[in-house]
Parts: sequence; structure tokens; C-alpha cells
Amino acid sequence: MLVPPIMILGGLGLLFGGGLYFFSRLFHVEQDPRLEEILSALPGANCGACGFPGCSGLASALLEGKAEASACLVGGEEVALRIAKILGVEVKVREKQVAVLRCRGSVVERRFDYTGIKTCMAAHALAGGDLACPWGCLRYGDCVLACPFGAIKMIGGFPWVDEAKCTGCGNCVKACPRGLFILELLQKTVHVLCRSREKAKDVLKVCKVGCIACGKCVEACKFNAIHVNNYIAEIDYEKCTSCGACAKVCPTHAILNFRGERKERGILPSPKRNTKESVLSQTSEGME
Amino acid sequence: MDYVLIFISIAFVNNFILSKFLGLCPFIGVSKKRSEAVGMGLAVIFVMTMASQVTWVVNRYLLLGGEQNLFYAIFGRSKGISPESFDFQYLKTIVFILVIATLVQIVEMFLMKAAPPLYKALGIYLPLITTNCAVLGVSLLNAKDFMNIQSVSESFLKSTVQGFGGGVGFTVVLYLMSGIRERIEKYPIPKALRGVPIAFISAALMALAFMGFAGMGSK
Repeated sequence: MLVPPIMILGGLGLLFGGGLYFFSRLFHVEQDPRLEEILSALPGANCGACGFPGCSGLASALLEGKAEASACLVGGEEVALRIAKILGVEVKVREKQVAVLRCRGSVVERRFDYTGIKTCMAAHALAGGDLACPWGCLRYGDCVLACPFGAIKMIGGFPWVDEAKCTGCGNCVKACPRGLFILELLQKTVHVLCRSREKAKDVLKVCKVGCIACGKCVEACKFNAIHVNNYIAEIDYEKCTSCGACAKVCPTHAILNFRGERKERGILPSPKRNTKESVLSQTSEGME
Repeated sequence: MDYVLIFISIAFVNNFILSKFLGLCPFIGVSKKRSEAVGMGLAVIFVMTMASQVTWVVNRYLLLGGEQNLFYAIFGRSKGISPESFDFQYLKTIVFILVIATLVQIVEMFLMKAAPPLYKALGIYLPLITTNCAVLGVSLLNAKDFMNIQSVSESFLKSTVQGFGGGVGFTVVLYLMSGIRERIEKYPIPKALRGVPIAFISAALMALAFMGFAGMGSK
């Protein structure tokens, strides 16, 4: 009695497959052939970073002229150019952005024993989180789960962004309850890796690598691109030239220059284009 | 009378959403607007009725052991194997999933050709009916309830009525819920409860209200 079940499943499968083929022919609807082309040009990750429901949503929006050819953050320059070619429009190239985790406190202690659901969102909701630093990374890995590209990994219990894989879709920015991620252009290599608005004494109590608002970076910057507001150094990326002078003087190493690391991994873009034309990070403004 | 009772039973007393807790994803997902709820409801009625009929045929002539089984007719009768050994009820779930998925695909293609506005209105929810457990639920329920009825037409009709009634019950509850949610939007609900949480609370209260039907029609 082994044959009939195989025949049932196999037969039904064949029948339905053939039936679907027949019906798809019978009910065939003429679609714009460009839709298929655009769909195959898009990455197909359905991450939703463009604001449309998946890649097919963006494709139809592109056809209707509701979206810019560069709307796909993930695909970047290459995809934008291909779509522009299909649609026959001009495109302003959007430069590649990556997510940067603005916290280095991998060894910050816990204030209490949190036994609830192991997500940052839940931990953050309970009495402001179990972390001693009220601004730092909770290390439960919501960002790891949120990343559709597997670009965020837990290394030694602390999230690490693989910038070669990061596409700048911004899902981690939305996922982090503390808003620690920022999307910034890949060629902007200097970042303040701290968000703490506490005074120096309170920062040092819980974390050795936090910003203590000493102001040395402000003095070191020749371009007036870094300022200390609310006890935290903030970089004005329109003025920043990524020279790294602030990173050198920072006593707690809260400011870090990623240039070396990015160069070594071969992901630093050559500074050929005028950066002023590039689209500046929209999400980072919303987070502040 | 039987048919009316089956209809009322599955539509209200044993409502798929509120007493069987099946099909909760579209119930929460598509109950934000009344117009969407009606579209989704109609699609579910259609698919559930169709699925009941198709799965009835598949179940009766392929899976159920007995004289009417196709395999018994082809292999068994000549070799003298007993009809009972052609019972493949254990394949029910997987076969029904296959049938329903195909059916929804065909419905989707048909709508795309015949009624593009409806197709657009249903959007993502039509493919989602594929995995709507209420549809699988009604097929399995039919297989359990009506397969032992000897009369072919009676068994088939009862299954159809149960499928149709299930869809109607689903639609009624979805429509009521969308009305409630449209009004709820305007009230000052605590921030933590806004959106889906308050919808679940409303659903729970509705389920309590539907408990009032329980026991109806019992002798």
C-alpha cells in the first residue's frame, strides 16, 4: 500500500501544476514588460527600506512615476542606473550608506537581573532597561534579527556591523529602542560612538569608553564640524572631512576613525564625486 | 432543517474566529477598514465554499477507504483487496493544503483578469488566504463531520453549506470588528494599547458575546 499515496500526491501535484499553467495562459493579463525588468533589477530582499510594500510594490511605483529611480537604498548606484536605463530617466546617484552603532560599551554592567523576554525592546520598556548606562547598547540583539542581510553579528555579546554586507536599508535604525544606529555615508569615517547625555562623572561610573563631553575634539577640529551639546559630542557631517583629528585626541576613545578598517577591507569608496550632491542621511535627523 | 442548522452552527455558534480561533491573522490584519473587510470577507466566502467542494471530492474519491475509492476501483476490486485498506486519511492535511493553495492561485489569476479593482483592493490578502487556517479548518471539519454520510448528494451539500456558512460567519465577524476598530481609532486609548493590542481586547470581548450562542440548537 505504498503506491497509492505516492500516486495521490504526485498525481495531484502534476494535475495542479498543469492546471495552473493552463489557467495562467487562459487568464493572462498583459502587463508592462518593464515591470518584469525592473523587478529583476531590484535586489529582491523585500526589506521595505524604500517605503513601498516589497520590491514588487516599488517596481509598480517606479512605473507610475511615484518613486525616484534611486529609491532602492539597498541596490545603490548599480541598481539605480539599471532602473534609470529601463525607464529612460535621469538619476541622481545616491551614495552608499552604512549603519553605525553609536555605542562601544560592550562591558557595561547590568543594574539588575532581567529575566524577561530577551529582546532590547522589552528590556528597554522595563524601568528604562537593565543596563547601568541608560543610553547604551542593551546587547539583546534586536538589530541582529532586524537585519535582512545578515550584516549585524553578535561578536563577544556585542553587535558588530559588517559594513561590506550592510546596505543601508535602515531596518536596524528602526529596531533599536535606544536609537543607537545612524545611517551615514560610507566615506564619512569618523563617528562619535556614544549617545550618553549624562555628565562626565556619571558616564565614567558605568563606562570607560563613553563621551565625557571634555571638548578636546571641538578644539582639535579645524573645520568647526564637531560640537558638544547636552554633554555629547556631535559631528556635523556636512562640514566633516573625516580627517580624524578628533578621534586622535579623544581621551576615552569614544570617537573612532573607521578609515583604516574600511580601507583594509577594501570597502572605502574612492573620493571621486562631489559629496555635496549626494543625499544626506534622512533618518539620522529623525532620530535626534 | 439540517442545512439551516449547519449554517447557523458554523456561522455563529461555532464561529471560526470567535469560538474556534482560526483565521486570526486576516482578522487582525484586514479589519482596519470596513471596505477592506468586506472585500476580504467575500474572497474568504468564495474560497471556503470552493475549497469545501473540491476537498470533498478529493477526500471522498481518493483518500477515504471504501467502495467509492478510485484506487479500490482500479487496483483493489480485481485483486480482491478489501476496500478498507484503501484508506489514506492520514494524507488529508497535506493534500488539502495543496488543493487550497492551487485554488487560491487560480482565483487570484481569475480576479486579475476579470476584476482588477477587486484584485487591487485585496492586494496581499488574497494570497494570504492560501495560509488562512480557517479554510484548511473547514475542509478538515467537513472530512470529520460529513464523510460518513452514505448519500453522495447529502454529504456534498452539507459540506458546501458548512463551507459557505463558515465564510459568512468569518465575514460577519470581520465586518463587525472593522466597524469597532474604525470607531476605536477616535478614542483616547493609552499609548501602549493602541493598534493591535486594543484590537485583541475588543476581539476577546466579542468572543465573550458570541459565547451567548453556545448551546443554541441542542435538544
